[in-house]
Amino acid sequence: MTAILRKELADYFTSIRFIILFAMMLGVSAVGLWAASQGIRNTNLPEGFIFLGLFTTPGIPLFGSLPVLIALIVPLIGIALGFDAINSERTGGTLSRVLSQPIYRDSVINGKFLAGIVTLSIMVGTMILLISGYGLRMIGVPPTAEEIIRLFMYLVLTIIYGAFWMALAILFSVVLRRIASSLLISLGIWLFFSIFILLVAQAIANAFIPTVDATQAELVRNGELAQMITRTSPIVLYQEATRGLLTPVVVGSLGMLTMSQVAYMIPNPLSLGQSILLIWPHLTSLISLSLICFAASYVVFMRQEIRAT
Amino acid sequence: MSEEFAIETEGLTKRYDGVTVVDHLNLHVKDNEVFGLLGPNGAGKTTTILMLLGLTEPSEGTARVCGYNPTREPIQVKRLIGYLPEKVGFYENLTARENLKFIAELNGVAYGEIGRRVDEVLEMVGLTEAEVMENASAARQREKTVGKYSRGMKQRLGIADVLIKKPKVVVLDEPTSGLDPKGINQLLDLIAELPGMGTTVVLSSHQLYQVQRVCHNIGILSKGKMVIEGSIDQLGREAMAGGRFSIEVETVEPNEALIKTVQTIKGVGDVQVEENRLLISTDTDLRAEISKAVVQMDFPLIQMKIQEFSLDDIYMKYFKEN
Ligand SMILES: Nc1ncnc2c1ncn2[C@@H]1O[C@H](COP(=O)(O)OP(=O)(O)OP(=O)(O)O)[C@@H](O)[C@H]1O
Ligand SMILES: [Mg+2]
Repeated sequence: MTAILRKELADYFTSIRFIILFAMMLGVSAVGLWAASQGIRNTNLPEGFIFLGLFTTPGIPLFGSLPVLIALIVPLIGIALGFDAINSERTGGTLSRVLSQPIYRDSVINGKFLAGIVTLSIMVGTMILLISGYGLRMIGVPPTAEEIIRLFMYLVLTIIYGAFWMALAILFSVVLRRIASSLLISLGIWLFFSIFILLVAQAIANAFIPTVDATQAELVRNGELAQMITRTSPIVLYQEATRGLLTPVVVGSLGMLTMSQVAYMIPNPLSLGQSILLIWPHLTSLISLSLICFAASYVVFMRQEIRAT
Repeated sequence: MSEEFAIETEGLTKRYDGVTVVDHLNLHVKDNEVFGLLGPNGAGKTTTILMLLGLTEPSEGTARVCGYNPTREPIQVKRLIGYLPEKVGFYENLTARENLKFIAELNGVAYGEIGRRVDEVLEMVGLTEAEVMENASAARQREKTVGKYSRGMKQRLGIADVLIKKPKVVVLDEPTSGLDPKGINQLLDLIAELPGMGTTVVLSSHQLYQVQRVCHNIGILSKGKMVIEGSIDQLGREAMAGGRFSIEVETVEPNEALIKTVQTIKGVGDVQVEENRLLISTDTDLRAEISKAVVQMDFPLIQMKIQEFSLDDIYMKYFKEN
């Protein structure tokens, strides 16, 4: 498997795709950093979380804040790394040749998945390091130890998030013979979970608990139902977990709050332990989603016919 | 399981959605022989080969390659078997040597030996240094990526790829397609040498004369069933002359006495005369005895032929009848 891993890594790092993704990532970091620099001065950041402010200031409209941009681009990187993992080898005729060598079939998938995660980690790691480095120069406030831990956890969370999208794309590259199909379906799912899920969730919630002439309690239940549905989206899971990690001040709870409740909220930062506790279910959900995709591609691939045509 | 069969299948069957494409096939390939797998398009040759390699699962029946079951012991089988697919594909962004190295690594060839083995197989298939190298200036010599190879060059690289693991059994699915005449000759010579090096060859092809040149035994598949199996000579005699040899002797004005004498030779059946030629049907190859008899009777022996059967005849005869 090391031979496969080595080859896949070499492939990734010499491919045009990698260069494009890297450039895209640099662009996103630059835009995010610029947006943060515009917004950070006007934001009232609590003591001890000034550095994290780099990642969380809403920035300027249109561009959104850095975590939103990252939540947008990381799935694309994951999909780009995985959508043709198996079916390009199938159409290229190399799969027949490789699988007639004395290796287990799973080592092909494992090798590709691992190489993808390494590549992904390098990209996301570089991105966060770059932003931190430039941010440090920009605001001149060094991160506290807790902020460093939070950023590191954010890095891990983001890699897991990217790994999920890669596993999903690899699954489609195993199931579908055509490269175009696996790409389109992966992108379609990404689009659905990033935009349409919000509309769908609201529509379903409204169908069950109408908002016309609703009491306060009903409105809350409507909101909670909608939120529950949107939590089936890995993107929403990731965004909530990000907020829990990076914006410990405002979040407090990830549940629904009415306007009146918000007014009473005391800006009381969550401790690191509480933050971790808060995002733990999100983290495990993301990991199990990735594992499900990975296991499914594994099962399908093990029994698939490998014909060179 | 007897040891002398490199490949043995028992009732091997493959169905796709209820359609049977390989039908209870019993295939036997002896150690160190070249076996030709023939049959029209869609007969099930490639499917059979895939089952031998464990690249698809049989619906029924079993296969054995050197005593191992390809479905249950794929690694052992793949350590011994080299496979050239119908359509061979390489990593186009890598050079020929890099592609071969990768396969050698997957086979666990010792690191120090890989380079030497790569050169060895490249030479065996006649990929010259000039073909492997980029057409650049002599100062900066670089190797060409496989993406820039011609169809036939890729095909040769495919053969090199099969040989690099030093396989016990080689399975070649239409190996001569895309090769030029010289390349075909080189490949056929190479295939003919393999049994001497302890390698069994299974060859699927539509080029009957090529098969005839190198194969010891053949099997013809039709609609997933083995319809003819055996050595070419024997099959030819069975198909064309009811299992007998047919020897033709040209002399001058043969007479009754000559015919009588020939007929008394043990093993000779029917003798017919056509002008200056005797057409003799025999049980075994009696050319030596017959020629001696003719000369002893003081008849000139101008020419003597034993009828040879071409694979074309066998193939066409079978598929005309059905
Ligand atoms: N995945 C599949 N699903 C359904 N039918 C298939 C599949 N693959 C092959 N077949 C059918 O199986 C039959 C045998 O195919 P196979 O490739 O073994 O033929 P072949 O003898 O190798 O032919 P050729 O000389 O053209 O290479 C064909 O009729 C083909 O249509
Ligand atoms: Mg075929």
